[in-house]
Amino acid sequence: MAAYVLRRVLWGLVLLVLVSLLTFVVFYVLPTADPAQLRAGRNASPALLHEIRRTLGLDRPLPAQYWTFLSQLLFHANLGFSYYSQASVGSLLLDRLPATISLTVGAVVIWIAVAVPLGVISAVRRGTWVDKLTTGGALLGISAPVYWLGLVALYLFSSDIGKFPLLPGAGSYVPLTQDPWKWFTSLILPWLVLASTFCAVYARLLRGNMIEVLSEDYVRTARAKGLSERRVVWRHALRAAVTPLVTLAGLDVGLLLGGAVLTETVFGIPGIGALNYDAILHADYPVIQGTVLLAAIFVIVANLLVDIAYAYLDPRVRER
Amino acid sequence: MTAADAPPLAAVEQLVKRFPLTRGVMLRRRLGEVPAVDGVTLHVHEGESLGIVGETGSGKSTLARILLNLLEPTSGIVRWRGEDVTHARSAQLAALRRKRQLVFQDPMGSLNPRKTVGAAIADPFAIHGLLPERAERARRVGELLEQVGLEAALANRYPHELSGGMRQRVGIARAIALGPELLVADEPVSALDVSIQAQILTLLRELRRELGLTLVLIAHDLAVVRHMCDRVAVMRHGQLVEVAPVEELYRAPRADYTRELLAAVPRIPGAAPAPPQSSSSSST
Amino acid sequence: MSATASPALHVADLRVAFETPDGLLQAVDGVSFEVAAGRTLGIVGESGSGKTVAAMTAIGLTRGARVRTSGHVLLDGEDLLAASPARLRALRGDALAMVFQDPLSALHPLMRVGDQIAEAVRAHRPGVSKAAARARAVELLEQVALPDAGRRAGAYPHELSGGMRQRVTIAMALANEPRVLIADEPTTALDVTVQKQILALLARLRDELGMAMVLITHDLGVVAEAADEVAVMYAGRIVEQAPAAELFAAPQHPYTWGLLRSMPRLEAPVGAELVPIPGRPPSLIHPPSGCRFHPRCPYARERHREVDPALEPLAGAPSHRVACLLSEAERRAIWEQLAAGASPEDARAAVESAGPVPSAGAAEPPA
Repeated sequence: MAAYVLRRVLWGLVLLVLVSLLTFVVFYVLPTADPAQLRAGRNASPALLHEIRRTLGLDRPLPAQYWTFLSQLLFHANLGFSYYSQASVGSLLLDRLPATISLTVGAVVIWIAVAVPLGVISAVRRGTWVDKLTTGGALLGISAPVYWLGLVALYLFSSDIGKFPLLPGAGSYVPLTQDPWKWFTSLILPWLVLASTFCAVYARLLRGNMIEVLSEDYVRTARAKGLSERRVVWRHALRAAVTPLVTLAGLDVGLLLGGAVLTETVFGIPGIGALNYDAILHADYPVIQGTVLLAAIFVIVANLLVDIAYAYLDPRVRER
Repeated sequence: MTAADAPPLAAVEQLVKRFPLTRGVMLRRRLGEVPAVDGVTLHVHEGESLGIVGETGSGKSTLARILLNLLEPTSGIVRWRGEDVTHARSAQLAALRRKRQLVFQDPMGSLNPRKTVGAAIADPFAIHGLLPERAERARRVGELLEQVGLEAALANRYPHELSGGMRQRVGIARAIALGPELLVADEPVSALDVSIQAQILTLLRELRRELGLTLVLIAHDLAVVRHMCDRVAVMRHGQLVEVAPVEELYRAPRADYTRELLAAVPRIPGAAPAPPQSSSSSST
Repeated sequence: MSATASPALHVADLRVAFETPDGLLQAVDGVSFEVAAGRTLGIVGESGSGKTVAAMTAIGLTRGARVRTSGHVLLDGEDLLAASPARLRALRGDALAMVFQDPLSALHPLMRVGDQIAEAVRAHRPGVSKAAARARAVELLEQVALPDAGRRAGAYPHELSGGMRQRVTIAMALANEPRVLIADEPTTALDVTVQKQILALLARLRDELGMAMVLITHDLGVVAEAADEVAVMYAGRIVEQAPAAELFAAPQHPYTWGLLRSMPRLEAPVGAELVPIPGRPPSLIHPPSGCRFHPRCPYARERHREVDPALEPLAGAPSHRVACLLSEAERRAIWEQLAAGASPEDARAAVESAGPVPSAGAAEPPA
């Protein structure tokens, strides 16, 4: 087991190096904005531009730049400094992380709490209005773009511009430690919006799995034992049907921790996603590199955890 | 039966096939190996009907697949007419495939549900580049269908429209399409109803007579094997326990395991019918 | 056939039909039988005979919007078909238990076998603690002769062999000492040596617990070894019913003859021909007119296309019942021919050429 984890970690590191290299190449090789230009502003003299480039190290050959970055990261745990704000990338990431975590965790809790009962009930009551309602709602949730949904939500419920001012609007996020109540209310709309798509997908997926499982022989055996229908559905059938969802949730969480760009932008939440977006606008390469690497780390770790979890959930996978 | 000096039609010598046994989804540590086939030497004589009998895990299906070059053995030799074909490839393998065919246990699983029955039977021709004329092929498919007791018009149906017995007949038609010399049937009737089993077994016997096929029948049902085969090989845990002509094996088995197997078969009391040719009525 | 005491399970005129897009599928069409405590009834039939549907209906697993059921299923006098779902649930797994065909798919793949058995115990004895239930599970596994029961109780189904798994399902069914045990093809998926052990196990447990057992199978050999009485089902009906010994000594229905003649037997001479039953099982949505077996019966006559025979006892043996329009004497004569090795055509010719046979039952004029 330890050897396995070690192997995965090493491969993860290799992967991270590749990711960073790819980001580097994409940023410098593909036509992007010139960070020096952006930094300097309009009407910058060539001398100023040249000076900025020299300061940022942009005039050195590309491989040298990459090597500087890599060696700084590996040996000094230093992600560099933002071209735009001169702040250390590491500190920027740490600053923004709590917001993203708040957003992710809340959304996950909501979508699982809603998707599981919906999926189970629509499978058990297949063809009835509950099922049709869920399926229709799922279709809506999946097809509506997140940013649109977010804007509609703000338009309807935000306290500053909304029709029915109920909840704080965009940009009202405060850290948990500062004001718990405000933190909570400011996240309600973002949570619901972010959860909607996932909830729809998960409910549909669970419904499909449940329908299949309910026709399996072991469910028939459970009924033949005289178990209550509730127990048959929630303990026997669900247990077998939910495994793929757990692994999927793990992967989605990993993805979201890298920053839900659209949601964060629409609601003005200062998370990793928003940071990433701004960095792209400013051609702020070090920050871009930082957020990308962070996202990659989350995804790699999530994958590893999911694989391990799967073996615990389904003992058949443990041996061939 | 072949002359004593001619090599057997097919043979395996000292055949061993081991499958690795791993544990753990992450670690995949090798616990060891499972010897599915553990040193088996067996000859198949031309024109005979050989039965391979065994319980789950005996290795009989694995053995059959290696015999047909569908699996590579861990060690040992596979022969065809005396020649070593263990690692036959491409052209040689294609030629061998025409001569050796397999009938599967599950008629539903072995037929492509998206292809019509006619297309399934015509497949071997297409694969080996025979009968390029469509009309010619269709005619031959019709002939084959009738040979297995089905109507030629069924060529346009899909597998799910047919019953289990009919699907198995289609599988047999496909297997004999190229005129093979050796037909291996892996549990051909286990998945069928009792009354249909008899039809399929009778069909196999007739085809064998008509086409001069050599038949290798793999089954767990001792009575079926006794009915269909000239010689019987008993396998257990990958090893050959006993090989003998059918009468001898069933009347006077030498191995304890064979005796155990025979004793376990439930007996039906009452008269077992005598063969139809006998004039005197004899009840056993 | 019926015991002097009232039978544990009494099925009367059971009919089960399914509404399908193609029409009404009559899966079970008037089936009646009884099983007394300590006895085994073997129900023999192929796919489409209705044997499994009858069993599943008895334990209430076929209830649904598109199912029409009529008749009575009496468990110690209580009609299960009229029972409420809650009552049925209370009885299932308690007084009435069922064992299914494929133990690998019948057991929950993600639960340990000991827990599955313990669950069966606690479902009907809510006062029992988890620990006690688990202990009982181990006890039951020992009762079904599962080696190393204590350790094996913690195993998952896929870690056990086929025979062991079936022992587990049997242990689970016996958890609450049922009065009636229905076993649907319990040994079909098992090796023949394991089959022997399981059948012996079932017989022993039946005697120990005084259960009434219904054994459903397609294998006449299994029925011969394990059943006291036999009912042969075809197209949703019982076509022949008799004590096992009598059924095999003197079978009376052409379908039974067909089954016996089409099975390879170890006792038959090597190379004996099998006589397959021609044709295929009939559609249950549009069954044949008259006698349902007539399209496949080598001895059918004109009248058999019109008249549907009822299940009637033989003159000399009231415990032996047959649903066939041929006269008893004719049937006996045909069977004599068949047993001697004649083909069905020859048997029919021989019997008909002998002229009208004087018999106690209604004589059938030669066609």
